[in-house]
Amino acid sequence: MSSTDMAPTASADLQLAVLKGFNRKQMVAFGVPAVILVYLTYVFFAFDISGIASRARLDNAAILVSDFWSHKTHVTRDNRDGAISVAIEGETKGTYPPGMLPEWVTMADGVTRIDLDRGHEVIFDDDGARYIYPGYGVIDISPQDGKLILVLPDGGIPGWINASDTRIAVTTKQGRFSYTRNRTEVFRYQAGWELFFFTLDSPFYGKSFVELVQLATVGERVDPNRSNISAMAHGFWTNAMWRHGDVAWALFETVLMAFLGTMGAAMIALPLAFFAATNFSPSRPILFTLRRLFDFLRGVDGLIWTIILSRAFGPGPMTGALAILLTDTGTFGKTFSEALENIDNKQVEGVQSTGASRIQQARFGVIPQVTPVFLSQVLYYFESNTRSATVIGAIVGGGIGLLLTQAISTQKDWEEVSYYIILIILMVMAMDTLSGWLRSRLIGRTAHP
Amino acid sequence: MSDLATNHGGAAATIAIRDNYLAMARQKQMYGGILLIIFIAMMVSGFRLADSRNAGGFWNGISQIFDFPSEVLSEGIAKAALLPALLAEFLPSLIETLNIAAVSTLIGAIFAIVLALLSTRGLARWPRMIPVFRRMMDGMRAIPEIVIALVLIFVLGGGPVPAMIAIAFHTAGALGKLFSEVSENADLKPVEGLSSVGANWMQKMWLGVIPQVAPNWLSYGLLRFEINIRASAILGFVGSGGIGHDLRLAMQWGQGRYDQVVAIFILLFITIVFFDQLSSHYRNRLVKGH
Repeated sequence: MSSTDMAPTASADLQLAVLKGFNRKQMVAFGVPAVILVYLTYVFFAFDISGIASRARLDNAAILVSDFWSHKTHVTRDNRDGAISVAIEGETKGTYPPGMLPEWVTMADGVTRIDLDRGHEVIFDDDGARYIYPGYGVIDISPQDGKLILVLPDGGIPGWINASDTRIAVTTKQGRFSYTRNRTEVFRYQAGWELFFFTLDSPFYGKSFVELVQLATVGERVDPNRSNISAMAHGFWTNAMWRHGDVAWALFETVLMAFLGTMGAAMIALPLAFFAATNFSPSRPILFTLRRLFDFLRGVDGLIWTIILSRAFGPGPMTGALAILLTDTGTFGKTFSEALENIDNKQVEGVQSTGASRIQQARFGVIPQVTPVFLSQVLYYFESNTRSATVIGAIVGGGIGLLLTQAISTQKDWEEVSYYIILIILMVMAMDTLSGWLRSRLIGRTAHP
Repeated sequence: MSDLATNHGGAAATIAIRDNYLAMARQKQMYGGILLIIFIAMMVSGFRLADSRNAGGFWNGISQIFDFPSEVLSEGIAKAALLPALLAEFLPSLIETLNIAAVSTLIGAIFAIVLALLSTRGLARWPRMIPVFRRMMDGMRAIPEIVIALVLIFVLGGGPVPAMIAIAFHTAGALGKLFSEVSENADLKPVEGLSSVGANWMQKMWLGVIPQVAPNWLSYGLLRFEINIRASAILGFVGSGGIGHDLRLAMQWGQGRYDQVVAIFILLFITIVFFDQLSSHYRNRLVKGH
């Protein structure tokens, strides 16, 4: 009687519980995405995302992309004295010396012809300048009484010509041309990073790879005092445009910061971790103090340490290394002491049973257990700190981070920015590979950080 | 007689084993010693090199290490009455920094989930594409946030968005790797059950995999959020947006604005410690279930 009475209530209870569970699940399944959506909407307005479109400078992006794979050469005529200069990226370091011209520029009797390829040609002379556009005609510019006279094939100025009384600019796919009273200028864009290996004043400039190999191996010495190959290395290393030597030093400094900081932190944190682990610490106050110290070091964070230290030590890699060291001492202290608390005590007891002292117990009972954990932690942080050292370098003024921020702040050397970005990525990937290789050699493949 | 001989042989074998063992132990010790010497040499020469390339020397700097903090602190104490007002003044920037971290963690995690599922053996939608997605995540992890942030500041102008995109990009790569390690250990039985009733890939992932891995994913996400708060503060200092930017302005002004520096330091410290504790508390609960 009672049992038949109970059964429906029990199943009803069960049904109720199941339905409640389903309801809860449904609430979560719809509630979590809804909350995320509401939050993203709030941020959309807080960050003024809709205003981004008006603030975005797509012309800047275009400059960046074109500088990434090409370079431009400026051909400039000073219209007051008729002097012509040809300079790569318009920089003094890239100016062609007198008597040397790229093959697409010819000068004869005061007439300069600039071949922009595909039939486009610009001619400078004392009467003004002409741009020959195949399929359109000749754009003729001549100065008269301080004004510029523009003659076009037939009426109407096309959109790619920008003309006023004092300045005329022509932008085509083959290059850019501008004329003012004081100067005439042509930009020609070409693929590749110019002067990457040798600058214009180097005897090796403009040689093909085969010629260079010949010169390096069997060719006659260009400089009688040293072999061609060392002259080449020297020319490359001290390249004024790309500064390969300085860049290599900067990369090395960045890795050095990460290495010194990480390893120094590990060396300091290792003994301290024993005093901060409940099963090894000699006294509670020491344990408590150390733990708060670790929390403090981590809580102050790399940014603040970097600022404080750069005041005391000045710019350079040492400052960056110390900033990493301080932050990571806190991190390592915490993780190492946690690892020490989680060890298997049987091994320690085994060593103890042979009459080992406390130091010997630690050396043979504890260290072998925790070494894989510690090593994989240290290697992981070494790799991750190479990335942090780039940012820290930008703040303290050292390493590749400094070069990168400097190149970006000039807002014109975008080919250098691209070069640094590629090098940074290669450096981080190399460190990733190195730390992975060391981890597998020292710990074995199975261990996970 | 023969008995004796074997005994004798056994003893010799034992001695040989012992000698072998000792020789190997010595060799191991020697390798360890050599490695240690190399390591110490690298540390010492690296230290000296870094010291020589630094503007101020190490020993010189050590003696001055408390000069700046004491300068800042004394000004902060002198103007202690202004501190609450300053803390309130910088609160909006702090919230912006936190928002950057939170949004980039969220968006990064959403991308990471997709990348992780696409690059996990047994779950991937297109198994042949697994290496492609893995390399993609490696690449995303390798690019330091500062690089993307600085380039985007040039294109998009200042504000929090460049930092947000930069951190989200890195987060997607970093979390994607961790997420896929978790989902690799997921039980495939629910997925098989779902495929037997004709579920499509999205349904299999949503109903079969995500419920299993959610706690671990959430725990990694929380850890990443904590890391991203630090990253967003430092990116603000180098680039733009959030409390880091205010800190740089105050530092550039120098003496006279150190009360602001103190206020920002306090806010940053409290925030980082708070979220550090919060995330480790919830991570413990999520992973260990108590």
